[in-house]
Amino acid sequence: MRNPKFNLKSVIGLLLGLMIIFPVLYALSISLMPESFIASYPPKVFPANPTLDNYVSAFRTAPITRFVLNSTVMALSIMSAQVLTSSLAAYAFVYFSFRGKKFIFLAILATMMIPGEAIIISNYLTVASAQLLDSFLGLFLPYGASAMGVFLMRQQFLTVPKEFKEAAIMDGCTDRRYFWTILMPVSMPAVSALAIYCFITTWNQYLWPLLITNSATMRTVQIGISMLSFADGLSYGTIMAGFVAILVPSILIFIVGQKRMIGGMMAGSVKG
Amino acid sequence: MQKVIQRPLEGAPVGSRKQEAKPKVIQRPLEVAPVGSRKQNRLAPYLFLLPALFFFLSFYYAPFLRTIFTSFAVTDATGNFKKMVGLKNFIMIFSRKDFPVILLNTLKFVPMIVIPALVLGLALAMFANRKIPRVSRLVETMFSLPMAIASASAALVWGLIYNPVIGIANYALQTNINWLADANFAMFSVALVTVWLQLGANFIFLLTGLRGVPEDIMESAMIDGANGWRKFFHITLPMISPTLFFVIFWNIMSSFQAFGQIRILTQGGPGIATRVLVYDIYLEAFMNYRFGSACAESLILFAMMLTIALIQFRFERKGVHYA
Repeated sequence: MRNPKFNLKSVIGLLLGLMIIFPVLYALSISLMPESFIASYPPKVFPANPTLDNYVSAFRTAPITRFVLNSTVMALSIMSAQVLTSSLAAYAFVYFSFRGKKFIFLAILATMMIPGEAIIISNYLTVASAQLLDSFLGLFLPYGASAMGVFLMRQQFLTVPKEFKEAAIMDGCTDRRYFWTILMPVSMPAVSALAIYCFITTWNQYLWPLLITNSATMRTVQIGISMLSFADGLSYGTIMAGFVAILVPSILIFIVGQKRMIGGMMAGSVKG
Repeated sequence: MQKVIQRPLEGAPVGSRKQEAKPKVIQRPLEVAPVGSRKQNRLAPYLFLLPALFFFLSFYYAPFLRTIFTSFAVTDATGNFKKMVGLKNFIMIFSRKDFPVILLNTLKFVPMIVIPALVLGLALAMFANRKIPRVSRLVETMFSLPMAIASASAALVWGLIYNPVIGIANYALQTNINWLADANFAMFSVALVTVWLQLGANFIFLLTGLRGVPEDIMESAMIDGANGWRKFFHITLPMISPTLFFVIFWNIMSSFQAFGQIRILTQGGPGIATRVLVYDIYLEAFMNYRFGSACAESLILFAMMLTIALIQFRFERKGVHYA
């Protein structure tokens, strides 16, 4: 194999890449500038003498660790629930034939066509009347299952040779054991694709947590941070520091899991 | 599945016997299974479905029905049903003076995002399709990064970029524009943020699509003397049409639902210059507490999205080639 050398295309690629991630780099840079420097004209792109003051002030002004904790609990519970409900449902669709199978499958897929806005008001009213405003359960409930997840896991299970199950059953394996000890382990790529996608989507949720959380202790990262921008007298440096702080977890997960997530989603969405 | 097959063999109708005769050999051990477990197995698929169905029924279907119901009703400020009013909510919405503007804003906003996001995404994907020496992985990650960023977070950063005094936008362009408060620019500015948010995902999906095009097809086209544009329109585009179709569909649906960036950047303003349907639904429900009319509006949005989806699927049959 040729060993391609760094060339003009590499340079153009890097420049384009830097342009695209410019807003993120800009935020990072601003977060390291002292307030007077941000406000000075002309606007600066690079911090002359970087300081972490903005981070100190961000963590002092807003309970950012609490926001991160809330979002982590929410994202992890929605993630586990979706992986579980999707896999179980997909198992039924792939390994059983039963009355109403096609109808139920289409009915699940059809939920993708219902826009969030058409159900979010009713879900809000339901959650409110169940006294679940401002609670983790309220944050969690509407997202316990997803049609995309069911579809993704179904596509995955279809690729697992049927002989696996036949052999396992012959050896006296029950459905439950087959599911946990054989099927799920061999389906790890799809499971992690779904898990990563689900985590990032939940971490980035805005409208639902905005509606149902009221107290500062229940706010999720996106709500908490955007409230900083509506607060009076807060410097841009502080806001950008908050932005960077809550971006780190999702970016890390994205960079680590990107390949896997794309592969899994493509298999589910296009080839299906 | 196997369990269903073995028993009826004795009395099964002739037609079905043919297919069932073959697996019989493998199935033998199953015959030992007690009758009880077989009965249980008839219920098994439903048990596997139960958790998912619980969520779909309680948090998708039930609320959707409730939304339909509420759109024909008035409620009190906490959302409790007061009385049925028939089509009055819909009539009120369509007689509002600002409603045509809101609809128009929505219909302008969607193509303002989908077209650039698609063209730029495809251009980036074609650029990265053949390996970029040394830095391939890094460049791909940079191109796709906006995908991981929330609309709300992105809005904070772009809000600073757009700041008329200390923002970098005016300085870089040597302009003096009030990007978010000037009715001529506000929609453009919000759309740009949304394009940016969408670009990463479009890039990565289209790149995966392009990489799936078999190399020999491209080579034989080159030998046949096809030039760049011909190759693009006659081979590349048809070959990735399933991916393109998916990306367009998904972009349209998500542009209709853009919310976070609008709320943080402009709150639908100045005036109602950036008020799209989703934002108006939010205002009606959670600022004005008119849940009936908000539900009616969300059904109008649903109808618009459904219409566009149906048109698209119609088009799919003609324009999309599945290998």
